[in-house]
Amino acid sequence: MNLAVVAQAQRLDAKPIDYTLLAIYFLIVLGIGFLARRSVASSLDFLLSGRALPAWVTGLAFISANLGALEILGMAANGAQYGLPTVHYYWVGAIPAMVFLGLVMMPFYYGSGVRSVPEFLMRRFDKTTQRVQAVAFAVASLLIAGVNLYALALVMQALLGWSIPVAIVVAAAVVLSYTTLGGLSAAIYNEVLQFFVIVAALVPITVAGLNRVGGWNGLTDKLSGSSGGSDQVNAWPAVNLTEIDSSFLSVVGIIFGLGFVLSFGYWTTNFAEVQRAMSARSMSAARRTPLIGAYPKALFPLIIIIPGMIGAALLPELQKLKSGGDTDVTYTDTLPLLMGQLLPNGVLGVAIAGLLASFMAGMAANISSFNTVFTYDIWQDWIRPDLEDRYYLVVGRVVTVIGTVIAVGTAFIASGYSNIMDYIQTLFSFFNAPLFATFILGLFWKRMTPTAGWTGLVSGILAAFVVDRLVAGGVLGLSGQGGAFVGAGAAFVVDVLVSVIVSMATVPKPDSELRGLVWSLTSKEDRRSAMSSEDAGWYRSPPLLGGGVLALTVLLYVAFN
Amino acid sequence: MSDTRTDEDLPGAEATSTASRLFDLRMIIAVLFTIYGVVLTIMGFTSTSDRDLDRAGGLNLNLWSGIGMLIVAGLFGLWVFLRPLRLPTEEEIEASPATPTHG
Repeated sequence: MNLAVVAQAQRLDAKPIDYTLLAIYFLIVLGIGFLARRSVASSLDFLLSGRALPAWVTGLAFISANLGALEILGMAANGAQYGLPTVHYYWVGAIPAMVFLGLVMMPFYYGSGVRSVPEFLMRRFDKTTQRVQAVAFAVASLLIAGVNLYALALVMQALLGWSIPVAIVVAAAVVLSYTTLGGLSAAIYNEVLQFFVIVAALVPITVAGLNRVGGWNGLTDKLSGSSGGSDQVNAWPAVNLTEIDSSFLSVVGIIFGLGFVLSFGYWTTNFAEVQRAMSARSMSAARRTPLIGAYPKALFPLIIIIPGMIGAALLPELQKLKSGGDTDVTYTDTLPLLMGQLLPNGVLGVAIAGLLASFMAGMAANISSFNTVFTYDIWQDWIRPDLEDRYYLVVGRVVTVIGTVIAVGTAFIASGYSNIMDYIQTLFSFFNAPLFATFILGLFWKRMTPTAGWTGLVSGILAAFVVDRLVAGGVLGLSGQGGAFVGAGAAFVVDVLVSVIVSMATVPKPDSELRGLVWSLTSKEDRRSAMSSEDAGWYRSPPLLGGGVLALTVLLYVAFN
Repeated sequence: MSDTRTDEDLPGAEATSTASRLFDLRMIIAVLFTIYGVVLTIMGFTSTSDRDLDRAGGLNLNLWSGIGMLIVAGLFGLWVFLRPLRLPTEEEIEASPATPTHG
């Protein structure tokens, strides 16, 4: 996905009223930061919200943390480029993994009382594994935060005419203020707010767009008759998305490549999201967090992919792009173009606030998970241990500032390249595939040893890196998406192989130390969650919620095929 | 790192005071959408041009979005009214996971 600058002609006609609506949003966001500050008394408050948040808050924050620039602009772009097959990113590529996280893995994350994913690895394996993962995660977080910041600045420049450096600094300053003041609570509360504003921005676009093209039937008719053809209005076999010619293999690629390795690898281990679940107020709330988040996640395609498709049907610039004509518009411009085409001033202000909200949500999530991992796993557990908590609270705040500054730096670096976006996405998925392999193997195989923990991780990361270089060098004849699938698959397999071999040659931890960290050594009671008082009620049952959202996903597939 | 927490240490401790009622996230969402809803609805009535209507296929987008937001704001306000924030009880404090000891 290329983030080209939107041409002058597409700048939005934003009036003072739009800016006013935007300013009101920013004031409230900062206000939340100030208010949250009063509840911060310990590092646990700052970095994990004191574990006191209700499930609906953590559930919405969970998916909002993921709704950054890449998601919003990118999914609309994919909707314009590929059409309906884009839904697979959600219905196969996210929902099952989120259900798995809530039902199976959360009891281990939450029950062990760890404060981060690397800390879980330390308990299950050893400190080296913790440090490898912490460093990898820290680097990846800052790179992604920087990319979000850069994407934000590009949009601001294109839409409102702000210069890139100004936009980057202003955005960073706003996110920094509320995360430094209020810590994770401020970030989470703002993410929930951002979720609603994002929805408030996208629903009018979708409704107006559908109205313009003549409803759902009008849309499918227009797209079937255009270049790109009827592939765009059928979810399966999604050959245009996978670029795998055989229908059968294309379906397999989607279900296993996207649905299993990439998606499970991301959703079950990525700390930016898992952190939101860990800050819930009880085991039941923690388990329900990804499950509650899965419902809006399953419905989100309706307001982000459909607009992308509408863009392809409605906007002459995109039609020119699709049929291979000469234009300097890219798919990433779909959403901003649609906003300019459909929205009157007023709603436009809300839509701009929604776009900014999504970028800030993504960036804040990266910064807040970065500072937790850095403060606890790198600083407290490695560099300066055993000081009193007050010290680490200060460290947490300082690290937030420094992390943001570095992110601003990586944003400027990103602005120097044209396809660093692809590179970053691939890189991030590489870190997740080996982490997932190590995690899952460690969870279900108690014989896996601490040494295997870090050697597996490192080999997996190296394998993914090698595949990436082979693809870049043209040795492996795959395109970007296919390359990422193969890289993740290679990382997973190599990690597992190395872990098994090394485990056979080294000594595992005794069973007594692995209770609550390994499936076979954790009793059913410990894996269940309480169903009393605040966690009571049939609608709060995790298995029911999980089953419900899976059923919803199947229904959606049936409806849209 | 403290191992025990009294009521006063919990972030929800001010739940009964007005300040924390204001900080109820649901209230904040309700306030934002009330402001947006009012502004958009007024704009829908007063400053919608034919061009605006055409671009949305005949829909008065400001008006309908404004009304929708006011409804959402109302729902959140209703939720706050029916289920206000409250202090966790003794049993819930006991039942929640202890602050992990470090080392």
